[in-house]
Amino acid sequence: MSISIKLFGVLADVVGKSQIDIHDVNNTTTLKAKMLKDFPKLKNYQFVIAVSKQIAKENQALNAGDVVVLLPPFAGG
Amino acid sequence: MLTAKEIARYNRHLLLPEIGMKGQEKLKNSSVLVIGAGGLGCPVLMYLTAAGVGKIGIVDFDMVDESNLQRQVLYDSIDIGKSKSEVAKHKLSKQNPLIEIESINSKLTTQNALEIFSGYTIIVDGTDNFSTRYMVNDACALLGKTLVSGSIFKFQGQVSVFNFQNQKNEFGPTYRCLFPSPPSTESSTSCSEIGVIGVLPGIIGTLMANEVVKIIVGIGEILSGKILLVDSLAMNFHTVEIERNSEAVKSTPQNAEAFRRMDYDYFCGTKNNKLLVREISPEKLFAMISSKENIQLLDVREPNELPEVSELNDLKVPIGEIEKHIEKIERDRKVIVICRSGNRSRKAIELLSEKFDFQNLYNLKGGVTEWIKHSAKNKKHERKEKT
Repeated sequence: MSISIKLFGVLADVVGKSQIDIHDVNNTTTLKAKMLKDFPKLKNYQFVIAVSKQIAKENQALNAGDVVVLLPPFAGG
Repeated sequence: MLTAKEIARYNRHLLLPEIGMKGQEKLKNSSVLVIGAGGLGCPVLMYLTAAGVGKIGIVDFDMVDESNLQRQVLYDSIDIGKSKSEVAKHKLSKQNPLIEIESINSKLTTQNALEIFSGYTIIVDGTDNFSTRYMVNDACALLGKTLVSGSIFKFQGQVSVFNFQNQKNEFGPTYRCLFPSPPSTESSTSCSEIGVIGVLPGIIGTLMANEVVKIIVGIGEILSGKILLVDSLAMNFHTVEIERNSEAVKSTPQNAEAFRRMDYDYFCGTKNNKLLVREISPEKLFAMISSKENIQLLDVREPNELPEVSELNDLKVPIGEIEKHIEKIERDRKVIVICRSGNRSRKAIELLSEKFDFQNLYNLKGGVTEWIKHSAKNKKHERKEKT
């Protein structure tokens, strides 16, 4: 199963792309672990995970076709 | 009631059945406080002024800088060096002399925020740092005020309305429900460090102003319980739903006194922690030991780490095990924390102060290394005196 992930703000800079596909993850915990393994610098950044337009609850299951958004806080004004 | 002048000026609002006379009167009777008269603050202020919001407050202690002019559209080249809140007030009063504008040319602090906020019904956050954002959020949560919040990063922006009270008198999520704790210092950057496309605050700021007008008039869907994400490069608009999180709301100061005691710079890690760790010199420690002052010495070096310093022997807990031995560390007398060079002991103090609320810790400057140098000097001095 492949999950499409949109990265906002500084996270896109860290990963080098604003959208990536991640394979073989079935919940948000494994997704986060895989992201941190593939992009270790992400661990320095705070972000929330939204699945299909909702902020994910603790370890939410992922289904094919889900759009996942990784959202960091911005402070610029 | 609107005056003839107001009826003429706000004609295009009056033509809209959704606003009309009633809506325009609501705008006239409303008051909005805008925190930060920068990239976001400028468009918010300009559109709310034009829309006829009866009273507008501007909080900003900054001066106009040449690098602001690329996006902060209230200011001209001749304004460089002048107070933003004063210049903004002057310009906006010319745009709409029928409204009241208050400029507050000072830094928003926990000491003045509640008082300033209490004079306004809606608060708009267009500041450029996390510590003010958390402070503004917490003040709004405490006072039950609606917070229209926007923020920008390079080509992207976020907009949401926090702590919004719906018709059932239920409060929507706060900023902390979305981001319960601030990001680490290294990962938080501002426009001044990373750049921002000049049009972006215009887009985000006008979206914020639009929410303010809708809230006042009572029309449309309010961006409460959701955050709008704008990517001006991909030209995408996304919304993500947020729920009110009672744990996060509880973590805000629960009364005015607790709010005034909060140190948001410290909370957001922007204050230099080095300033918070009190240091003590080997000379001073020597004097304390000689005068038999009632102190505890805490050596956080590893077991068997050399050199052994007999006169500093007291409590020994390696830094990695410190959380397991909290009860051994005294709270009601001075505790001098020691390591080889003063770095680990500093970390131990930061941990103990932040996590366990110790207030009585001092760092031996330069650690055992400096202590030995100092006592060698003393011994030499004593020998000289003897001979």
